[in-house]
Amino acid sequence: MAERIRGAEIFVRALADEGVEHVFGYPGGAVLHIYDELFKQDRVKHILVRHEQGATHAADGYSRATGKPGVVLVTSGPGATNTVTGIATAYLDSIPLVVFTGQVPTDLIGNDAFQEVDCIGITRPCVKHNFLVERVEDLAETIKKAFYVATTGRPGPVVVDIPKDVTAAETEYHYPEKVEMRSYRPTVRGHSGQIKRAIDLILGAKKPMVYTGGGVVLGNAASELTQFVHLLGYPITQTLMGLGAFPCTDPHFIGMLGMHGTYEANMGMHECDVLIAIGARFDDRVTGDLKSFCPYAKIIHVDVDPASIAKNVKVDVPIVGDVLNVLSEMNQHLQTSGHRPLDRENHPWWKQIKDWQSIDCLRYDKTSDRIKPQAVIESVYRATKGDAYVTSDVGQHQMWAAQYYPFDKPRRWINSGGLGTMGFGLPAAMGVQLAYPDADVACITGEASFVMCIQELSTCLQYNLPIKVINLNNRYMGMVRQWQEFFYDRRYSHSYMDALPDFVALAEAWGHVGMRIENPADVDDALKEAFAMRDRLVLMDFITDQTENVYPMVAAGKGQHEMHLAPGTGERELA
Amino acid sequence: MQLDAQAPVKSHTISILLENEAGALCRVANMFSARAYNIESLTVAPTEDPSVSRMTVVTSGSEQIVEQISKQLNKLIDVIRMVDLEGEPHIERELMLVKVAAKGEDRDEITRLCEIFRGRIVDVTDASFIIELTGESSKLDAFVEAMDDRLVIEVVRSGVLGILRGQRALRA
Repeated sequence: MAERIRGAEIFVRALADEGVEHVFGYPGGAVLHIYDELFKQDRVKHILVRHEQGATHAADGYSRATGKPGVVLVTSGPGATNTVTGIATAYLDSIPLVVFTGQVPTDLIGNDAFQEVDCIGITRPCVKHNFLVERVEDLAETIKKAFYVATTGRPGPVVVDIPKDVTAAETEYHYPEKVEMRSYRPTVRGHSGQIKRAIDLILGAKKPMVYTGGGVVLGNAASELTQFVHLLGYPITQTLMGLGAFPCTDPHFIGMLGMHGTYEANMGMHECDVLIAIGARFDDRVTGDLKSFCPYAKIIHVDVDPASIAKNVKVDVPIVGDVLNVLSEMNQHLQTSGHRPLDRENHPWWKQIKDWQSIDCLRYDKTSDRIKPQAVIESVYRATKGDAYVTSDVGQHQMWAAQYYPFDKPRRWINSGGLGTMGFGLPAAMGVQLAYPDADVACITGEASFVMCIQELSTCLQYNLPIKVINLNNRYMGMVRQWQEFFYDRRYSHSYMDALPDFVALAEAWGHVGMRIENPADVDDALKEAFAMRDRLVLMDFITDQTENVYPMVAAGKGQHEMHLAPGTGERELA
Repeated sequence: MQLDAQAPVKSHTISILLENEAGALCRVANMFSARAYNIESLTVAPTEDPSVSRMTVVTSGSEQIVEQISKQLNKLIDVIRMVDLEGEPHIERELMLVKVAAKGEDRDEITRLCEIFRGRIVDVTDASFIIELTGESSKLDAFVEAMDDRLVIEVVRSGVLGILRGQRALRA
């Protein structure tokens, strides 16, 4: 008969047997038995954050960079509620997280006990699934199920709520190799007939567009996508979440699409006759006004989640399946079809696209005596040879990073696209740096976002994480200010960041290196110097032009082809 | 290429088999409220297999909305299987209990109405009846309509139950 051990030990052994290397967490009363077991072993490494929100973002960044599930451990009550923003962030971007929350003992549940909160109820709307473990005999299998659900199909966060008495009770330990759930069987293979119909439509297109999203990154289908585009010779645009699945320096890539997409990408979407959507979900920031979205296109939509298909937009050829499988099957068809890739020099559709590209919609003033945020991003690209992991917060700096740092590999661009969570960047960068200690990790942020999870600078010191924080400091919540300038007659209501700290002194107070850069001529050298400091976190405070806006811009409620372009861009202000 | 916001709205009865676990009902109800879908009625009870509950939801929406509802229901981890009965040959029934004031001449009148609607009087006092009535929801509506308003004290309805006709079945 196997040895009987406590739930807390089962928990730690199950994580180790699952292959979990890092757990991001914060202790408290309900999880003290578990923390005691963590103390006694060295298979699972615990990273102590400074706030539970930081733990979820760190686990999230770790997952986005590695493809492995991120794991979080927190206590009951406020520990659990502090994870909610991070869980929702992961949910909106389909990131596999397993979040373990402590709970008061089972006999106290419902009694308004100290640090009791209905964690299952609070998290239900923003998880893929959640579990309350009521008996120690169910603990190991529930942990297995949690990882299985989080990482398969369309991934997402899963919460496991564990009452304290369950971690004290004893049973035999057995970690199942696999679990079956009759109510959960994700579709993997696309329907062959639908794939053939799609191929016929694709090959008959006169003005094709490939539109891909985060699903290609999550589905590890980057090389299949690259082959697909090269076999066809078609133009491709990627969403904010999809950047890097197809190399952004490849000439087939015509820029990000959507609210701050390039002129050519948005015009290409609007004018195309066949739209090939892969692992993307027709989000409102992509489509703009649905009435004028892709008016001439037949639409093919490949997605692992049937609920994503025909949710916002009517689809002509829906294909439910794993993007990797579907793209592989499509590539086999294309290889035997005799199709020759479009000639990018002479094909009329490519000529049209080049005409749109000639507007040079991402041009900005390079002669200014103030630091242009776009120039800082381009300089970060040079300093890291285009090979960094870049995390961001939310706002103007996020859009500039997406526009001016061309990502050539998947899982390099890590940002909160769906929920738009300010405060995400620094803790996400911690997760990335822990996974890849020798990589260049840049957190591109703004002074408003950065202070939302600034306490994690302490975690960075404890674990010696040499992140480079690029703070584009314009003394405004830049994106709010931009909307107020455009749509609220320049009434800058509460978007000015008054009483900002001295960021250099602040970095030093947390034990890191601080730098302030105020002159455009110093940007390159400062970044070179910072990235040369291999073992130090450097917080670089770039004092940037306060009036800079993100262009192009599709105003809310406008069609994707109706863009504001930067003043002085080309003759055609609006299409 | 947008979905048609003006599409006609229709009522749909959806049968769902789900894991008989704490919170499963909440997940379904939560999905409806979070996505602003209608619930006209909802019933749930365990089946012959105690690990499975069967739920019947009556909802309404355009074809696209109801398609989304089906997809979102299928996406819930606790949902084992479901079928939209609309457009399938099926039977729907609802149970109603009505308490009415029943004195003097009214007693005969109520009894006659009851017979016409094939209802049963299941509780009698000197001043009241309780009537049990089963049928399609429209029949129950008609009964309440036919009954003198002044006499109705209380109406309890179970919500709709539905089942496919013939050999086809919804099983776990």
